[in-house]
Amino acid sequence: MLEVKDLQKSYEKDKPALTNISFDIKPGTFVAIIGPSGAGKTTILRSLNQLIKDDGGQILLDGNDIRTANKTQLRKYRRQIGMVFQNYNLVERLTVIENVLHGRLGYKSTLAGVFGRYTQEEKEEAMSLLKKVGLENFALQRCSELSGGQKQRVGIARSLIQHPKVILCDEPIASLDPASAQNVMELLKDLTEEYNLICIANLHQINMAKKYADQIIGIRKGKLVFDENADLLSEDILRTLYDQDITKELE
Amino acid sequence: MQSPAKFLKHKGWHQTTIIALVGGIYVLGSWFLKFDNLNGLLAIPKAFAWLGVNFRPTANSMEYLPRIWQKLIQTVLLAISSTVVAAIISIFVALLGSKVTGINGFVQTLVRGVASFFRNIPLVAWSMILLFSFKQSDFTGFLALLLMSIGYLIRAFMEIIEDEASETMLALKATGANYFQVIFQAVLPQILPSILSWILYMIENNVRDATLVGILTGTGIGFIFDIYYKSFRFDAAGMTVLAIIIVVIGLETISNQIRKVIL
Repeated sequence: MLEVKDLQKSYEKDKPALTNISFDIKPGTFVAIIGPSGAGKTTILRSLNQLIKDDGGQILLDGNDIRTANKTQLRKYRRQIGMVFQNYNLVERLTVIENVLHGRLGYKSTLAGVFGRYTQEEKEEAMSLLKKVGLENFALQRCSELSGGQKQRVGIARSLIQHPKVILCDEPIASLDPASAQNVMELLKDLTEEYNLICIANLHQINMAKKYADQIIGIRKGKLVFDENADLLSEDILRTLYDQDITKELE
Repeated sequence: MQSPAKFLKHKGWHQTTIIALVGGIYVLGSWFLKFDNLNGLLAIPKAFAWLGVNFRPTANSMEYLPRIWQKLIQTVLLAISSTVVAAIISIFVALLGSKVTGINGFVQTLVRGVASFFRNIPLVAWSMILLFSFKQSDFTGFLALLLMSIGYLIRAFMEIIEDEASETMLALKATGANYFQVIFQAVLPQILPSILSWILYMIENNVRDATLVGILTGTGIGFIFDIYYKSFRFDAAGMTVLAIIIVVIGLETISNQIRKVIL
């Protein structure tokens, strides 16, 4: 269970980027955060694993506050929270399997991590996860040789090997062609159910949000304007959210 | 809001004015210095002809070759060793000083300052200063090249880290990896090709510079060039220059091949 209470953040004085954001997410839920560019979607997502330090509120993962954790505790929370990026953020020169194994670093001693020594079980798990995302034949290829959709699936495998409770996806399909985008969204949806995850994705595509998400959170100018079941997202709400008619997107 | 046609016309006038200004300064300057442009221009072929006649290696100058070759190897090794040591030092300092991997604002400013200090003192000045403490030896040349290279490489490496490593760093930080794990698993593998490319460039550059430093420190190829030149053995001096050119071109060819493979 992830509970966010009264989350606040401002980058400049008297210009709040987020004001009193509160929401709850149950395990096994795929959540889409939608809203115009600059509304604060990325700030929310990156506050959840404290890549951005927010100014106030509570972020409770199974009752423990991530915000007040010290450095060592924060590392322990972060390894339970996977993250998937718009630009994949892989080490392009390394092989696919090495990039997947990077997800284990949070569990390793400094030395083992520095020299990249992984156990047999970890390597086997990496291979089985690659099979799950359909890349078992690419394990020894350099990431720079992969297509965008394949890179994103490597990113997803990297987050899964963390044994996460939560996966945060920052615009996961914004750089992908429509077919790869469908593919990645379906994969995320299936994994959410299979592993009983909390999966939170920032999306610009409203039709994708409608199609795949269980719960939708709408953000406008740093304020939460919608937090309901995906079926309840209406044209009226979209109009307030984006300040214009975008009903065509829905069809 | 001005119209595009007007904007482009303005821009055209700007260019004309700047060209006229540069030309005017040149004409004024040569009038002021009483510089005879025509004779100056005509002197260039003559100068090259003189060089060609006097510096042309003859059959006799072949006997200098073993000595030249020995000194040249010494100079190339000096350039390579100073660059490699400089690169190892620079990578650690650059990690401490870059905006994405750095410790704090104070250290970042300090590193930038130190790099700029080493870079902006000319190589010749470094050699002269170091001559006092280390006398005429290979070590003086090594230190002068080392300090200069450190100044350049720190700056270059910091920019490479900031440009190329910040995204992967963020991803690994999000998995719960600690600072050293992120540096060794994400930052270093990611920046390695660019760093090697810079090291190769620096070696080429240092071979050329080592020649100059050698004249001052009395070592290597620069020193024997100096001796031949000052004792009017121009054919031997010409031979030395030829040997340097061949080695530098050879090194450049090799490093271009290496670059093709790693990038």
